[in-house]
Amino acid sequence: MWRKLPLVVLSFLCCVLADASESTDSIGLDEIVVTGRRPENEIIPAQRLDGKELQRLNSHNVADALRYFSGLQIKDYGGVGGIKTVNIRSMGTNHTGVVYDGVQLGNAQNGQIDLGQFSLDNIEAISLYNGQKSNILQPARDFGNAGSVYMRTRRPHFEPTKNYHLRGTVRFGSFDLINPSALVEMKLSDNVDASVSAEWVNSSGKYKFRYRRVNPAGEIAYDTTAVRQNGDINAIRLEANVFGHFTNGLWSAKVYNYNSERGVPGAIVNNVWRRGERIWDNNSFAQASFTKYIGRFTTLANIKYAFYRTHYVNNDDKQIKIDNLYKQREIYISTANMYAVLPVLNISASYDFMWNDLHADMYGFVKPVRFSHLASVAAALDIKRFKAQASCMGTFIHDKLEDRKSPKDKHVFTPAIFISGNPLRTTDLSLRAFFKQSFRMPTFNDLYYADMGNSKLDPERVTQYNIGVIYEHSANRLLSRMRFTADAYYNTVKDKIVAYPKGQQFRWTMLNLGKVQIKGLDISALLTFSPVEQLDITLRAQYTFQQAIDVTNPADNYYRDQIPYIPRNSGSAVVNATWRGWGLNYSYIYVGERYNQQENIKYNYTQPWYTSDISLSKDFRIRKVQLRGLIEVNNLLSQDYDVILNYPMPKRNYRFTITVEI
Amino acid sequence: MTFRSKYIITLFLLILLCTTSCREDELVVPTEYDIISDFGRPATGIRGFYLLNEGNMGSNKCTLDYYDYLTGLYARNFYAERNPDVIKELGDVGNDIGIYGSKLYVVVNCSHKVEILDARSGTRIGQVDIPNCRYIRFHKGKAYVSSFIGPVLIDPDAPKGAVFEMDTTTLAITRKVTVGYQPEEMEIIDDYMYVANSGGYRTPEYDNTVSVIQMEDFKQVNRIPVGINLHRLKKDRYGKLWVTGRGDYKSRPSRLYVLDKKAGYNRMIVTDTIPVACSEMAIRGDSLYYYATEWNNFTASNTISYGIIDIRTKKIVNTNFISDGTDKDITIPYGIAVHPETGDILVTDAKNYVSSGSLHCYSPDGKKKWSVRTGDIPAHITFLPR
Repeated sequence: MWRKLPLVVLSFLCCVLADASESTDSIGLDEIVVTGRRPENEIIPAQRLDGKELQRLNSHNVADALRYFSGLQIKDYGGVGGIKTVNIRSMGTNHTGVVYDGVQLGNAQNGQIDLGQFSLDNIEAISLYNGQKSNILQPARDFGNAGSVYMRTRRPHFEPTKNYHLRGTVRFGSFDLINPSALVEMKLSDNVDASVSAEWVNSSGKYKFRYRRVNPAGEIAYDTTAVRQNGDINAIRLEANVFGHFTNGLWSAKVYNYNSERGVPGAIVNNVWRRGERIWDNNSFAQASFTKYIGRFTTLANIKYAFYRTHYVNNDDKQIKIDNLYKQREIYISTANMYAVLPVLNISASYDFMWNDLHADMYGFVKPVRFSHLASVAAALDIKRFKAQASCMGTFIHDKLEDRKSPKDKHVFTPAIFISGNPLRTTDLSLRAFFKQSFRMPTFNDLYYADMGNSKLDPERVTQYNIGVIYEHSANRLLSRMRFTADAYYNTVKDKIVAYPKGQQFRWTMLNLGKVQIKGLDISALLTFSPVEQLDITLRAQYTFQQAIDVTNPADNYYRDQIPYIPRNSGSAVVNATWRGWGLNYSYIYVGERYNQQENIKYNYTQPWYTSDISLSKDFRIRKVQLRGLIEVNNLLSQDYDVILNYPMPKRNYRFTITVEI
Repeated sequence: MTFRSKYIITLFLLILLCTTSCREDELVVPTEYDIISDFGRPATGIRGFYLLNEGNMGSNKCTLDYYDYLTGLYARNFYAERNPDVIKELGDVGNDIGIYGSKLYVVVNCSHKVEILDARSGTRIGQVDIPNCRYIRFHKGKAYVSSFIGPVLIDPDAPKGAVFEMDTTTLAITRKVTVGYQPEEMEIIDDYMYVANSGGYRTPEYDNTVSVIQMEDFKQVNRIPVGINLHRLKKDRYGKLWVTGRGDYKSRPSRLYVLDKKAGYNRMIVTDTIPVACSEMAIRGDSLYYYATEWNNFTASNTISYGIIDIRTKKIVNTNFISDGTDKDITIPYGIAVHPETGDILVTDAKNYVSSGSLHCYSPDGKKKWSVRTGDIPAHITFLPR
């Protein structure tokens, strides 16, 4: 008990908080959701990585893991501290919702969520939904994204006789990485569990990279290897969760803090190998969620408060000195309600209120405050072999500025329809289709940033059409599971917010100018089989084709060219084998040729890249202590590549992990 | 393994193989050539011209184009092919270009260097590192380069700028003088150098002065108040200075100022303020060609004019030197030059700053003669004598 005491205090501290969570995914009434449990009635099945599979992949953070999903692109500026953002089906980062335990992460300033900040250490499942999650009991905000990534914190697990669970992990490796973390899970009572997780990441961010050019005769023009500078990071993540359940209901709460100092490595250009930009982030939030089932009626409430503090400094003695402090706050309240009209028909209504502000100590900053009201109604029909879901969402935004007139209020209505069915008698094969409209509100930066923002911007709109097929079969012991999916889609983005040249010399403004047309195909396959006793092999492969072209203006010299950084072809393959506590994982990622600017000309051509990562793990037990060792080799063939032009990625690198569980 | 699973695996491997194209050795960035049918002209003293494309910051896409009047060949992005062993090519954000003697000088702002090339062949002679360098001018065997960074020690928050003096034979820095905040263009008249200070890093406390440097001892002897956020500075053949101020992009508009000496005095003062939002200008004979771009918040569009000022009367004599209506093809003019002999007018279009720009050539009577695709943000032109 002495061990538990401080933790009990901690968990009391975070009582008010939360986690609306995907626990709503499963219609389990009096039971806390079981890991890996997959609701059967999803209209649009998610791509999902969870549990052991997630552990085995060579990934350090959420962005690394998302590379194994089809239809999305990761922007990665390289290294441990480099910013990593995700873009679903080429519609743009700002159309992607990132939801952490049921509440969406927000960034009113620029709309970008850095996924590098979320460690996999405490995450149990990552799911990617195109369109929206096919559960009509969800906050109104969740109906609003073009696609969403759901991250779910690990729920406490206890061995039958125990009421606690401890886990300690130490990771170290290339880039002078030191990354210890600890997880404590406790059963506070029969109805309440708690967990506390802490992690420290420290890395010099130094790695060797190489630029090489040859002339047409094949002779080396230049070949230089240098060390990446100013990519260091020192970050601490602290998180506490409480999970409770009661008769016909459940609740949860969370407090989270991420505090980091990091260098911004910057672009490698001629004569510049080191830069002086640094960022201090201190991001905190507290959230709570409550679900109650009353007969045919279910209600879900969420509340969140977030405070993000970003301190940016440019110390480069050759450039303009910058020292800016940004503070963002968010208050979020949500209620979602569902009623079962008939056994086959559910209807729901949700309302969210959100308050955001942004403060910056910059000259002429207007200190915007945003009031958002979001409301949705939805219906879901489930008749044996046919399922349908329709929803409509309304958004109303009012901004208030300091010393300036408010821009006109913005309101948008967006509908969505999802259907799926099993054409054959078996449930193995199902077909699915959806249509969805969504939008992104202009961010505070788009609207009000110094000289560049344009307060007259309208929301950027996206329309998606998708048809797909899924074949899933669980068979004999030899071939235990196979799953095959294929989706074809057509998306359009209009009123895209783009930077436009303004006035004299090098100045910009933001305008609703762009139009993009996206045609794509996502294919994925999963196969699990056991050729020999105790040997389990899982194969996972995905392939994405995307034609995402700019159709803004026929007079542009990039009219109908592929938009920047979207490969036509990309894919990944993972082979995983486990045998008597040994685990071997090989993964291959391929990203095809891309263009780093709008025009598809050779000066903007970026080579394909493909990396092989391999890892070997061993689980063993010494008395009551569960141990696990993991050796990872990433970029095995030491390919020199850039994901983003002039941001070189690491060559071959290593990581070692030791995990102890009691 | 069942037949079916084998089939699926094979299918997947096949798809992967079919769709993956492999990496190749990265080749030296190749030069592209366009033929322009504006050659074989009667012999003039001009062989061709260089055009420097700035490239967006961080893209490392500062490139150099060359047009040869004798062959009619426009060579786009020829630096890397001519100098393949320079790591990461010409650099990041070109800012000025000039020819003096047999050498071509390229000021590359965000690569913090002045690149020195052989003016005829384009091959590299050397490089001089100058932090945050902006513009270059020449005088009596020396090159002068303005830099946003002067001594860091005096005021670390917003250091004053400097002008560096470089010997054009030895390529060594010989002298340095501290001037105002964030100096831009400069000119030398009668052993005095005039430097336009912008103070662009100090928004809203812009600098508003032209520094006067006595060349003999390379000391700042005076600062002439002119207008806020100064940028361009050109001398005419009567010893006057034409100076542009960018304004504050809000209430104080961009203006063109004329500086001259009062009879009997050796001090330059502002004699005229011409109410045009001049972005860049080029002087030939008694004509000053300029373009002016003004952003209109209400219509969310740029109002652009292409005018000519008579430098003797300081009056606008023409409000659109592009007479055939093709000025509509230009999104955002970003550079101007006038052929010293034929009077042909060259205007560049930077478009959206992140795609290839255009270079347009107009006859002296304002008819479009030809256009060519350039690199990103075409901006600075210098003529190569025969």
